Amino acid sequence: MSYLESNLKTVPTGLRKVLYLNYPLIILLTAVSCAGFLMLYSVAGGDLTTWAEPQMKRFAFGMLAMLVVGFTPIWFWRNISGVAYLVALLLLVAVDLFGAIGMGAQRWLELGPIRLQPSELMKIAMVMLLAAYYDWLPVEKVSRPLWVLVPVVIILAPVGLVLEQPDLGTAVMLVLGGGFVMFAAGVSLWYFGTVIALVVALVFGVLESRGTDWQLLHDYQFKRIDTFLDPTEDPLGAGYNITQAQIALGSGGWAGRGFMQGTQSRLNFLPEKHTDFIFTTLAEEFGFVGAFGLLMLYAAIIGFSIYSALINKDRFSSLLTLGVAGTFFFFFAINMAMVMGLMPVVGVPLPLVSYGGTQMMILLSAFGLVQSANVHRPR
Amino acid sequence: MKKTEKNVRASRSSITRRGLMLGVAQAGIIGVLAMRMRKMQLEQADDYRLLAEGNSVKIRLIPPARGLIYDRNGVLLAGNEQNYRVTITREDAGDVDTVLADLRRLIPVSDGDAADVMTEIRRQPPHAPVTVADRLSWEEFSRVAVNAPALPGVSPEVGLSRNYPHGIDFAHVLGYVGPVSDYDLSQIENPDPLLRIPKFQIGKTGVEAKMEDVLRGRSGQRRVEVNSAGREMRELGRKEGEPGVNLQLTLDTRLQNFAHERLKGESAAAVVMDVTNGDILAITSVPSFDPNLFVRGISSTDYRALMEDDHRPLADKSVQGLYPPGSTYKIVTALAALEAGVIGPEDTVRCPGYIEVGGRRFHCWKHSGHGRVNVIQSLEQSCDVFYYEVAQRVGIDKISEMARRMGVGVRHDLPMSAVAEGVAPTKAWKQERYGKDWRIGDTINSSIGQGYVLASPLQLAVMVSRLASGKAVKPRLIRSMDGVEVPVPETEPLGLQEAWLDHVRKGMIAVVNGTHGTAGKAKIVLSEWKMAGKTGTSQVRNISAAERARGVISNNQLPWNRRDHALFVCFAPADTPKYAVSLIVEHGSGGSTTAAPIARDILLFALNDGLPPLEAYPSSQRKEVQSRFDALDLVDPETIGAGAKSRA
Repeated sequence: MSYLESNLKTVPTGLRKVLYLNYPLIILLTAVSCAGFLMLYSVAGGDLTTWAEPQMKRFAFGMLAMLVVGFTPIWFWRNISGVAYLVALLLLVAVDLFGAIGMGAQRWLELGPIRLQPSELMKIAMVMLLAAYYDWLPVEKVSRPLWVLVPVVIILAPVGLVLEQPDLGTAVMLVLGGGFVMFAAGVSLWYFGTVIALVVALVFGVLESRGTDWQLLHDYQFKRIDTFLDPTEDPLGAGYNITQAQIALGSGGWAGRGFMQGTQSRLNFLPEKHTDFIFTTLAEEFGFVGAFGLLMLYAAIIGFSIYSALINKDRFSSLLTLGVAGTFFFFFAINMAMVMGLMPVVGVPLPLVSYGGTQMMILLSAFGLVQSANVHRPR
Repeated sequence: MKKTEKNVRASRSSITRRGLMLGVAQAGIIGVLAMRMRKMQLEQADDYRLLAEGNSVKIRLIPPARGLIYDRNGVLLAGNEQNYRVTITREDAGDVDTVLADLRRLIPVSDGDAADVMTEIRRQPPHAPVTVADRLSWEEFSRVAVNAPALPGVSPEVGLSRNYPHGIDFAHVLGYVGPVSDYDLSQIENPDPLLRIPKFQIGKTGVEAKMEDVLRGRSGQRRVEVNSAGREMRELGRKEGEPGVNLQLTLDTRLQNFAHERLKGESAAAVVMDVTNGDILAITSVPSFDPNLFVRGISSTDYRALMEDDHRPLADKSVQGLYPPGSTYKIVTALAALEAGVIGPEDTVRCPGYIEVGGRRFHCWKHSGHGRVNVIQSLEQSCDVFYYEVAQRVGIDKISEMARRMGVGVRHDLPMSAVAEGVAPTKAWKQERYGKDWRIGDTINSSIGQGYVLASPLQLAVMVSRLASGKAVKPRLIRSMDGVEVPVPETEPLGLQEAWLDHVRKGMIAVVNGTHGTAGKAKIVLSEWKMAGKTGTSQVRNISAAERARGVISNNQLPWNRRDHALFVCFAPADTPKYAVSLIVEHGSGGSTTAAPIARDILLFALNDGLPPLEAYPSSQRKEVQSRFDALDLVDPETIGAGAKSRA
């Protein structure tokens, strides 16, 4: 019997729940989405119907989903988290078996009119299951090796399936998101230190082996790693996208070149300008002011979420809220770092701004979970 | 319950601690992102702005209109014609096959062309227009224009392309333009960026090629914004170029046309020169070809036909063709002998039909011999033995020096392709060229324009002009540039005694007008246009002693390409020379029978500035001349273009 169940009487019921929604989060999420509509309108060359309008519809549905999820008691979500994880896992297997081919990798499932990306669903389902797991697990057992192994399996099972697609970006997101929840749950820092040390050693070892007798990878694989790490070595191939993206971003200057005035995006020098690289268009047209403003909106979302998690005495609610915030953080942080040349290009969209249906719906639903945790907080 | 309380407290303190750690880490990462933004957007903004400009702003060239070429009377010889064409753009067309099929119902496009278009469309980027049909008639063009809405991606366009209204008559002198080739580019040190425009047309031969620099003009520039695919989005600025310089040539369209028509059927060349200033009024080589075919891109069948023709239509025989000048060269030998004083004006040489030198026998064309002949008579009757004799006295080096003075064996500076230098041989030349000593037989052969001597029709025209005028006239082809007269170069006197020149002229007058003259049949009976000339028949084969013993086979019995070349050089009026003509008919058998009558017609046309009057011909020939003129297909002076007037 958890803390929540013993304090159920203090949880708001019925229409009173409306009063306990986290309104600052709703406003911030709407603001970020509106920035997205504006940019989608701009990159379509001033056309609403191409991307902006469908995105608005999805936002409306997403907000609706957020409220529905938010009004549903948090314990319901805790109870179905195992089922949600299993469903997401089965869908991932289905994608590997019969998924549609998109961008050179299998990512989508066509379910009638809906095109579903199960890997997006998995990001949240995994966080839910991990939160439920640590809610169930007594605190003192958290760092015991056997009990650490369980969440590792929970994380690595979908990671393996996603790498099969192959979708490096999502795999990285899953590992980071899962690790984030484990860290928040209080797993001993030694585990994290050891894993990080091992990864560094492995990478170092592989790179050092180059040109020696015990070379661990083929030469062409090393070449791929080279361009992955430093795309400027291949300015017309892999490096073209990132070079053009940085030109767009940098040329924005302080106040930008003006709405719909960015030459890089308007003249098609930018790749994927409505999806992964949309931030560069924003930075080009609205400059440092716009780009920093968006970053601050994201930071505020994270801030409100963490605050909401820390004041909640229910362990599941806290961990879930932190997990959602962490996943959201990794979305925008990786995307921005990637287009600014701080890290290699892996396919991660800018949350709520990049064009994409599943992502929008799933993220808003995930914030529905945060709302639910907030509404059903014992007071 | 107690346990739960404790658990909750432990859990909460752990989560708070870890949550705060995560929050701080996230804030740190956000800080790093913000710093990166600041660096790129504030510190390096100018660098990135420059890169963005370099991406999107491109300089495009505006091709200038090529300079026009006119004849001396303002008749257009090379113009820029509006060219109606239809292009198709894959990006806009969508289904290219259907659109092309629809288009082919409106304008004729052969299956082969259609296949070419499809290949080209696949090869080019989707936004690049590909030409489907060129040089459409106005009717076809407007048919496409009217139906344009039903033909997506199809665009009717108007461009400029080179056109030669009197193409065949001027093919060799004007040359033609064609698209720049990789070879052309490799030949130029620092090529004009214009030449990099695909299919930009430059002069390939003739005046078009030699005057390319002035005809081309200077390109203008447009600053345009392009997208990543290179498609133009808008124009940012524009600087107009300069059109090419318009050239006026010294040529006369009607005379050129007449000369060309008169020579039709032969393999021949003719040059008409103004002896007073060197202006070339006509310079023709037949057979010719249509330069417009080359501008449009000649078909391989047509090209092969031109290449395989044994009359060599592509070669410009007037300046490039080198021939043994035959007896026309006696003018040079006679002048050299008189100038050297080895023979006096009235001194004679006896011609028994041959002379024997060093055990070899050299024959005169007249086997029975001419008896005693002086300079004038030797020219009149074209006695070979006279020249064999005086040449030995004067020596080859002096003869060849005289030849170069008269314009033979030197390259004349004329803006035409492959202007040949010819050969006026000397002892040193033979030593260098063949590594052999000069033999006396070589001198004898050279004295009558055989052996090593080679001259082009242009050089022979210069030779006659210099003799007629007594001045070192230089051939001239460009009369004015953009309306500014090109000054006639100051002509120096030849430096020969007028008496000797006049003596040789008298000999040439006798050739045509004398009782024994070799060109007596080609007489001009109008006294004010009295003609002076010299025939020439040059062998293209060696006659062996055995052949001679059997009796020389007459030309008529030989295959065409082994017959002798027929030459004739002349000027008129004999007293106050105005025009000179040199003419060669390849394998024409005899200078007097084949070449002289044609040269006379051309000279008369020049003098009369129109068809020669029948009164100029001996009455017995008038009927024949009339019927010959009637058969010619001449340009109508009324229709050859605005500005065509009498010769200026």
